[in-house]
Amino acid sequence: MTRSIPITAPAVDDLPPSPRPVESKPRRRRRRVTAHPVAGALFVLPFFLVVVAFLIVPLGYAFWLSLSSKSLALGTRFTGIDNYVRAFTDPVLLDGLWRVVLFGLVQIPVMLGIALAGALTLDAVTTKFAVAFRLIAFMPYAVPAVVGALMWGFLYSRTFGPFADLPTLLGGDPIDFFSASLLLVSLGNIVTWAWTGYNMIILYSALQGVPREMYESAVIDGATPVQIALRVKVPAIKQAISLAAIFTVIGTMQFFTEPQIMARFAPQISAGYTPNLYAYNQAFAYSDFNYSAALSFTLGFVVFVVAYAFVFVNRRRGARS
Amino acid sequence: MTSGGASNTRGKTWLPHLLMGAGILYFLVPLLWVVIAATKSQPDLLDSPALWFAEFNLVENIEQLFSEDGGVYGGWLVNTALYAGLSALGATALAAAAGYGLARFSFMGKKFFETALLGMIMVPATALVLPTYLILSELGIVNTMWAVVLPSLLSPFGAYLVRVYVDESVPVELIDAARIDRAGELRIFWQIVLPMMRPALVTVFLFTLVATWNNYFLPLVMLSDADLYPLTVGLTTWFNTAQQDAGNRMLFNLVVTGSLLAIVPLVVAFVLLQRFWRSGAAAGAVK
Repeated sequence: MTRSIPITAPAVDDLPPSPRPVESKPRRRRRRVTAHPVAGALFVLPFFLVVVAFLIVPLGYAFWLSLSSKSLALGTRFTGIDNYVRAFTDPVLLDGLWRVVLFGLVQIPVMLGIALAGALTLDAVTTKFAVAFRLIAFMPYAVPAVVGALMWGFLYSRTFGPFADLPTLLGGDPIDFFSASLLLVSLGNIVTWAWTGYNMIILYSALQGVPREMYESAVIDGATPVQIALRVKVPAIKQAISLAAIFTVIGTMQFFTEPQIMARFAPQISAGYTPNLYAYNQAFAYSDFNYSAALSFTLGFVVFVVAYAFVFVNRRRGARS
Repeated sequence: MTSGGASNTRGKTWLPHLLMGAGILYFLVPLLWVVIAATKSQPDLLDSPALWFAEFNLVENIEQLFSEDGGVYGGWLVNTALYAGLSALGATALAAAAGYGLARFSFMGKKFFETALLGMIMVPATALVLPTYLILSELGIVNTMWAVVLPSLLSPFGAYLVRVYVDESVPVELIDAARIDRAGELRIFWQIVLPMMRPALVTVFLFTLVATWNNYFLPLVMLSDADLYPLTVGLTTWFNTAQQDAGNRMLFNLVVTGSLLAIVPLVVAFVLLQRFWRSGAAAGAVK
């Protein structure tokens, strides 16, 4: 999974004590944005140029490429939406898409559930041990996905790892972590190991911002920490949780590195195991850049629309409550 | 609803501690394994118990690591640091200027751009890699360091974070006062605003640094020359060779030792700088 963005920021608005979005606060303070039109635009210009060069142009180019096809007999010709028709009827792509959705439906709730439980624990327990737990849980974030996948690949394997042969001690059969039935679980474990601590820190930071006054009366009334956690703290950081979820979904849809590395251990990971792997192989194994562009564009577009709609609805709801 | 063992009286926290202990074990075991495995020769790696030491071979492994294939690993290490450092510096600088411009100025198209910025955060980075590759190959700069560094400069999230931070922590009055004193806009940015933005900038820098250091897909697509590889791509090529050779060449021990050396700098940096990333994460998540 490649994720280049930390999932913190858009959780800005609507913490319960100030339910109004942050954007409206400066207006209340009568913020005077001084009018230096040229200076302001010049500050944004370098960033804008990078956006054009490495976001808008590539997306546009991918779309343009996806509208043609190349064949030995006919050369390159305009084929309109043919590549998209092909993509949405391509069993390999649809299988890969379904596999990633299935993977996400299980892995994301498990990971975020553990992360939330960890964050609530860290918020309530402030021992040295808890600090150690926080640091160690975050460490895998600094480990490249490639190295994480390699490490787990070794740990899963019978020749290098300690786990596969464990059942033989009791006379059972060794576990094959790379078998068809366990492969998704094995991959899920790698991703969970890598990203749980990261999400935990994000949620923990959000919890630290919940004012103590919000649950002081609950404490006096004799509510247990678990009750406070579930009834006061979790609702208070709802926004941060949903954003962690949506950014995890974005990451999962791009699933690439772990399956690509694991394919060396598990040969049944095919060229189209995930949509992103398929797009990559269409370009570099089959040299079909036009179809690959259509796959990239479809993937990018689907993820973008889902994520943007989610955030939009979320903000609306946040602003109203 | 009953309490799950944790009670609100102090001292009865054995259950959370037990669970945290299990968590520590889970997160630590793979890292322990890589530390232990890096001290083993390849035959020991294959035969000795996985989570305990055999004959101590770390020094030999490191020597072999830096001499294998004409010392290419050292080059990968330098490349990784160079790509990650340049990308993080550049992305942070761009985000700093843009975030400040958006937070404290008004100009034509600003509203639209701010709305679009939120959308840009949602664009999956890997969907851009293949089209970017095709464009850069037309321009003839694939298989150079720039093919990795330039696309990594794009950090809409960084600009967004800085914008939020400036909004909250850089008073308009201060900037106005400097303008009354006839300070130029660049000087105001450089001498007044930049130092005030430091926590946000450290966060953006660290997150972009990690993202580029750990990136695999982009360099895999962009680079074909082994001398230009970063650690992630380089180690994978060694691993492929090791698998195909079925252990004839002594490479598995190098993949493991190389992996260890690849993660040490970032883990150390994060532990040392935790004050910064925590305040940064808090700035993003809480404000």
